[in-house]
Amino acid sequence: MSLRNYFHSLEPHFEKGGKYEKYYPIFEMVETIFFTSNTVTKVAPHARSFVDMKRVMTYVVISTIPCIIWALYNTGLQTNSALATVGIEAQSGWRISLLQFTGLGISPESLVSNVFHGLLYFLPIYLTTLIAGGICEVTFATIRGHEVNEGFLVSSMLFALTLPASTPLWQVALGIAFGVVVGKEVFGGTGKNFLNPALTGRAFLYFAYPAYMSGDSIWTPVDGYSGATSLGIAAAEGYESLSNYGITWADAFFGTIQGSLGETSTLACAIGLVFLLLTKIANYRMVVGCLLGMIIFSSFLNWVGSDTNPMFSMPWYWHLVIGSYAFGLVFMVTEPVSGSHTNLGRYIYGALIGFMVVMIRVLNPAFPEGMMLAILFGNIFAPLIDHFVVMANIKRRTKFNVQTQ
Amino acid sequence: MSQTRKQLLTDPLVDNNPITLQVLGICSALAVTSSLNVAFVMSLAVIAVCGFSSLFISFLRHYIPNSIRIIVQMVIIASLVILVDQIIKAYAYEISKTLSVFVGLIITNCIVMGRAEAFAMKNKPFESFVDGVGNGLGYSLLLMSVGVIRELFGSGSLFGVMIFEPVSNGGWYVPNGLLLLPPSAFFIIGFIIWGVRTWKKSQVEVREYKIQTLEEH
Repeated sequence: MSLRNYFHSLEPHFEKGGKYEKYYPIFEMVETIFFTSNTVTKVAPHARSFVDMKRVMTYVVISTIPCIIWALYNTGLQTNSALATVGIEAQSGWRISLLQFTGLGISPESLVSNVFHGLLYFLPIYLTTLIAGGICEVTFATIRGHEVNEGFLVSSMLFALTLPASTPLWQVALGIAFGVVVGKEVFGGTGKNFLNPALTGRAFLYFAYPAYMSGDSIWTPVDGYSGATSLGIAAAEGYESLSNYGITWADAFFGTIQGSLGETSTLACAIGLVFLLLTKIANYRMVVGCLLGMIIFSSFLNWVGSDTNPMFSMPWYWHLVIGSYAFGLVFMVTEPVSGSHTNLGRYIYGALIGFMVVMIRVLNPAFPEGMMLAILFGNIFAPLIDHFVVMANIKRRTKFNVQTQ
Repeated sequence: MSQTRKQLLTDPLVDNNPITLQVLGICSALAVTSSLNVAFVMSLAVIAVCGFSSLFISFLRHYIPNSIRIIVQMVIIASLVILVDQIIKAYAYEISKTLSVFVGLIITNCIVMGRAEAFAMKNKPFESFVDGVGNGLGYSLLLMSVGVIRELFGSGSLFGVMIFEPVSNGGWYVPNGLLLLPPSAFFIIGFIIWGVRTWKKSQVEVREYKIQTLEEH
């Protein structure tokens, strides 16, 4: 019996009146992994397009691949380098034992060792995200009777990439559960979330467990090794002194610096952005708005200057490459559901985020990184921006009509 | 009298809870629930003010001119609040510092005003007193529930007694810092309302609009 026929034979049990009627969403989820959904629009209007939800979500996941690859390499690189500095003798753990056992060794020079070591950090976090978030997602889908959506694959991937490699797994599970439930499901599921679910989970962890999500000792998962992120250094001593720590602009651009798993490389994010823009999944207006907002406001602050706060003088091309600005810009700002839906609104929405991120980074002493909070802030304002854009349009057209009569 | 005295006391606990159903008095529920001690004292204060203000207003209900009734109610409530505030300052000074303005703000607590206006102005003194205490208890029940969650998971203790030993003391529990911040009470109250309305379907509000499906066109 072929797989297709097997599903056909199962289907009656899950349909209305069947034995497992309640579990239809789970059946649907498994079936659509193998076959395209045969649900079709039955009434007008019809619009034919190959870009359905599944394809959109799959494209976003594909666009994160450069970031994932870089996350594996860079996490391994940072860890191996730190181990070389601290000394391997004092360290233990299953990852190190496994690396020694397989003969890959701990060497920052070895590409394979780096990638493999990074994988040993990335994979547990990602799997935990999938399992914990998946359970929430499927539970809600079953109770509420909606489909299990591919959007979860995007949220889980983005969530995993924004975490530091040293995050304890129970926190990962708690974070994604909060993100999926509070950020998405309570508002009705994918397409109705006004906040970005991945960022909601990240923000929850950031405020619930600040000691694990910020500071100097968490970015590289090696005991006794401490190193500030480039943003931390820039906030404390000014971006000029980054070179004292061996961080050049190129390092920050390619991403051989400390940071959350997938956020360090601006180049990897840029590749993802090109893909998203070419496939028209991401709307270029948001990206342009966000870049302009950031560039204009940071240049303005450069011009204002400050004797006490070294962040004032940080030029925009540094803002672009350090912290999670690039990652947030590519994968979070461009998220179509939680962003603005009008074209003019998209520019404003982007600019608001670009402005807020510099605002938080430079003028707020409490948080060194502002991208996460700036995007959530933008999410909340997106419907308001849309409202005013639509109202302005109505007003303009009413005026136009009066003149022509 | 449509409700018995027992119903007056027990209805506001779940079926007609001032916070979860009427969504009143949220501000203080956010501010004072990070530790149970504080929440407990606040609860007692609200029960006392709500009960006695209803009692006294009900005594005076035939003599209060309708056009200035709110002012008269406020005077009675405010005097009671000042009394309660002084008692707390005398017997629980540390807690009174944590509560700070929130005892004073009981004056503006919508629950107290709401009961005075909606019930005590129309009913006999004893019934009004029971109703006031009942609503105070309903408020307290929610305050304490939120307090238990926030203190237990935020600091690992209950009434200041260690239950989960935090990591900083060599224990195993990592306190959840978000729960110590006031916004977390929003989430918790939200979850509680969600739970109560799942349990008591009659509390679910009617939808203001319905999203149309394609087939209905």
